[in-house]
Amino acid sequence: MKTAAATNEAALIARVLAGENELFHELIRPYERLVYVTIFAILKNEAEAEDGAQETMISTFRNLKSFRGEAKFSTWLVTIAMNEARKRLRKAKAAAEDSLDDPAEEGEGDFTPAVLTDWREIPLEALERKELKEKLQEAVKLLPEKYREVFVLRDIEELNQEETAAALGINVTLVKVRLHRARMMLQKLLVPYLKNQAPARGGFFRRWFQ
Amino acid sequence: MNLECKHVWEHISGYLDKQLDAELLAAVERHLESCEVCSAVLDSTRNILVLTADDRTYELPLGYSERLHGRLAAVIGRREP
Repeated sequence: MKTAAATNEAALIARVLAGENELFHELIRPYERLVYVTIFAILKNEAEAEDGAQETMISTFRNLKSFRGEAKFSTWLVTIAMNEARKRLRKAKAAAEDSLDDPAEEGEGDFTPAVLTDWREIPLEALERKELKEKLQEAVKLLPEKYREVFVLRDIEELNQEETAAALGINVTLVKVRLHRARMMLQKLLVPYLKNQAPARGGFFRRWFQ
Repeated sequence: MNLECKHVWEHISGYLDKQLDAELLAAVERHLESCEVCSAVLDSTRNILVLTADDRTYELPLGYSERLHGRLAAVIGRREP
């Protein structure tokens, strides 16, 4: 059964297609953040991400009649945003190579985490620090592209496995494998930095997860 | 089932996403209880994911929405979908 929101969305799409173009503004309003953050997390460039988000929405408007309604509208939108991000990444890459090697799917890549024993909790307030935000965004950008895409949709956008698989055109098993590898690579990249950022012990995270 | 550390690491994601079957989950939890290293790997990974999903990590630029709708209005006004 469709939710009220989905029914309303389908009705909005039908009305836009029937000529009420201005309703497109309402249709995409809930997804403004999704589209921008998806592209930004892939590219890590504000101007490119904003331009890419605008292009994504324009392209969505122009291709709206080809939306079949089989997938969720948000998934379709993410697919278009991801393609826009890939296109821009190709251009940027023409000049510079990827920062990390792109290990083969079944290869011998190192996906082991950083080993540590005296882990301390990170207070959420730490995010107010510009450097930490920057470091997180930088680490995500360092992931090889196929791992980054899955990580962005699953752990930043919090899409579920099936939506992520649909948006990227891969199967759920591959989503799981790539997500795990992405997380382990990020853990390795971020732990040395986060440890220095986290002087406080206990507190928020322990309570939150128990 | 007794697991070594490196095998536990392979299941960190599955554990965080609550996707391990009962037997494997029990084995991973048993290992975590007695292994400081794997507990720290789990905690650090989990905390990174919480920080990643926090809205403050990825923020929208000021005026983004206004510029987006402004540009859309220009396009929508002169083209049929």
